[in-house]
Amino acid sequence: MGDCVTFKEVGKCFGDQWVFRHVSLTLPESEVTAIVGASGSGKTTLLQLVNGVYTPDEGAVSVMGKPIPEDLTSFRKRIGYAVQGVGLFPHMTVFQNVSLLARLQGWNKQEIDTRSVELMNRMELSTELLHRYPYQLSGGQQQRVGLCRALMLRPQMLLLDEPFSAIDPITRADLHAHFAALQLHEGVSTLLVTHDLREAVKLAGFLVIMADGQIVQSGRTTEVLDAPANSYVRQLLDTQL
Amino acid sequence: MRRCLSIFVLLWGFVVYSDVRPLVVASKDFNESYILGEMVAQTLESKGLSVERRFGLGGTLICFEALVAGEIDVYVEYTGTIEQAILKLPQRASVKQLNEQLKHRGLQLLSPLGFNNTYALAMPEAAAEARDLRRISQLQDQIGIRAMVSHEFLKREDGWPGLQTQYGIDWLPEAIEHGLAYQAIADGTIDLTDAYSTDGELARYQLRVLEDDKDFFPKYLAVPLIRRDAPQLAKDALITLGDTIDDSKMAAMNASVLFSEADFSSAAQSHLETLGITYKPVENTSTLRRNVVRHLYLTGVAIVSATLIGVLLSLSVFRIGWLSRSVVYVAGLLQTIPSIALLALMIPVFGIGVFPAIIALFLYSLLPIIRNSVTALVTVDPVLQRVAKAMGMSSYQQVRHVYLPLALPSILAGIRTAAVISIGTATLAAFIGAGGLGDPIVTGLSLNDTGLILQGAIPAALMAVFAELLFEAIERFALPKYLRSIETIS
Repeated sequence: MGDCVTFKEVGKCFGDQWVFRHVSLTLPESEVTAIVGASGSGKTTLLQLVNGVYTPDEGAVSVMGKPIPEDLTSFRKRIGYAVQGVGLFPHMTVFQNVSLLARLQGWNKQEIDTRSVELMNRMELSTELLHRYPYQLSGGQQQRVGLCRALMLRPQMLLLDEPFSAIDPITRADLHAHFAALQLHEGVSTLLVTHDLREAVKLAGFLVIMADGQIVQSGRTTEVLDAPANSYVRQLLDTQL
Repeated sequence: MRRCLSIFVLLWGFVVYSDVRPLVVASKDFNESYILGEMVAQTLESKGLSVERRFGLGGTLICFEALVAGEIDVYVEYTGTIEQAILKLPQRASVKQLNEQLKHRGLQLLSPLGFNNTYALAMPEAAAEARDLRRISQLQDQIGIRAMVSHEFLKREDGWPGLQTQYGIDWLPEAIEHGLAYQAIADGTIDLTDAYSTDGELARYQLRVLEDDKDFFPKYLAVPLIRRDAPQLAKDALITLGDTIDDSKMAAMNASVLFSEADFSSAAQSHLETLGITYKPVENTSTLRRNVVRHLYLTGVAIVSATLIGVLLSLSVFRIGWLSRSVVYVAGLLQTIPSIALLALMIPVFGIGVFPAIIALFLYSLLPIIRNSVTALVTVDPVLQRVAKAMGMSSYQQVRHVYLPLALPSILAGIRTAAVISIGTATLAAFIGAGGLGDPIVTGLSLNDTGLILQGAIPAALMAVFAELLFEAIERFALPKYLRSIETIS
């Protein structure tokens, strides 16, 4: 299996404040990597370096073997994105949200309809919901629609920024199951940012643990669970699992 | 979005109507000028010419500039004013000499109407009779006359100082506000004041005008001033008015409008009847309709342009913090200029009439539109901003599919505010000859005629209400469904 994302000695600063420096990481393809950390640990910033929302101030990021290209808009279309707090456009119906990028890409109507229905089915969402507005859906339904939208163009990568965090525990467990099933089917390389270690362990085959702008430990989930690198990770495992 | 565009295209089509341009007759904003303007207009209409009245322009220079620019075709001016205020000639000139000077500007004086509206000294008939005063030269040896003149008259070289030298008078009157002088004369507080020789008050208070026997005061002969390129038929018609009104007749007409039931139109009409010119008054409703249409035109063009420019400007600057703040700041600065001052500032640059009025209204409409648009655009939910970007939408697509639809309700509210403000402000446009519902208001103000003021004010208020309702309908029609449903829920 090839490498999905590579960070080489990457640093990012805002003003004169470094969020992190000297980050080197290699993330595997076709599976889920979870970046775990408390808020302020720099995990969301790390994620945004992957789709070019931020550019590194030192070092280099390459995605799928290549440096991030100049043409960001077509590059980003190959990377699905879903975010905490839903991020569905309130003025569009579910169908309009899910199909937006495909319509902008000029897909024909039949392709769009087929793909939308396919994704809705996979997420166990009734196709009747397609004509509702986001405010008419429950929180869990909204998150699932968000995932459908991110997957519409069959992206090579999926970036998920705490997509399950504002959801009640029962719905969240349900979402996790949907996501796992989806991942099994689509097999898309996924980068999941979360503060919830339990969620990370459940969904990801590869873990990156961050604290205060440092990578504390990274490796296969089983390795991390078996051999915590230091007391911080051990404490984290003890309290959260 | 397409709906909004089509609405604006419709509005645009509605406001860009064009009318065949009739002869435009103007007047200044005082009583006598209105009557003479009406007289000119009726005379032309009796010859079958189509006439537009643009009365109540705010002063000599506005009238003259408008005439030179072709915004108006004719108005009645005074020879002394042309001599001194317009051409600034060093010495007295005859009508013929003035015409020589006006020729290269494309203007022409027709025949003087007969009266001379100059400075005069006036006394109550009884007091004058008691002292047997008829001529100014007799004032020289008068003792104990209680005289008060206006501040301006006391200072001007063609007022008291010159008069004193010319007639060898060695006493000084006191100063009084001109408006109060007639009151003081009526009360019997004073015996002598300065006046204009055709003031309506002269007859009303039974005053005697002392004869200027040493020919001191400059001549202010009223005479139609017309563009040379006006139709010959119009010129010929107006020449027949020559030498038909003397001082006392003009004073009586002024008095009839000021103190009795007559209005400008009927005062002018009754004089024309004595000359055998018959005039059928135009229905009042068409004046109203013309004013309403003009008012809609002014505000409509201004609002549509301000919407296009304001929204485009907002869309192009909102992503750059300092630039959008400066744009909002400049628009705010424009708003602080008092409307009448902004209109006046337009005159040197754009002349008078419809165009500068539209520019001024356009500038006023920018602030609410830009401020609402920019605020709405920058306050789009940051999560949605990030998602739109991270999804891989181009800048244009982000604006078109995310920013604009989400900002639309606020933008529409801004346009609505601008429209209502414009309808109100447009009533001031009459001062620079743009017409509209301000016309009856300006005329009413100069006549202290509440009825006339209401003829402008009520339709303007109705129009503002109508604009509110129209925009409410547009908002209902153009608002995205999710907001409409939220409205029905709450």
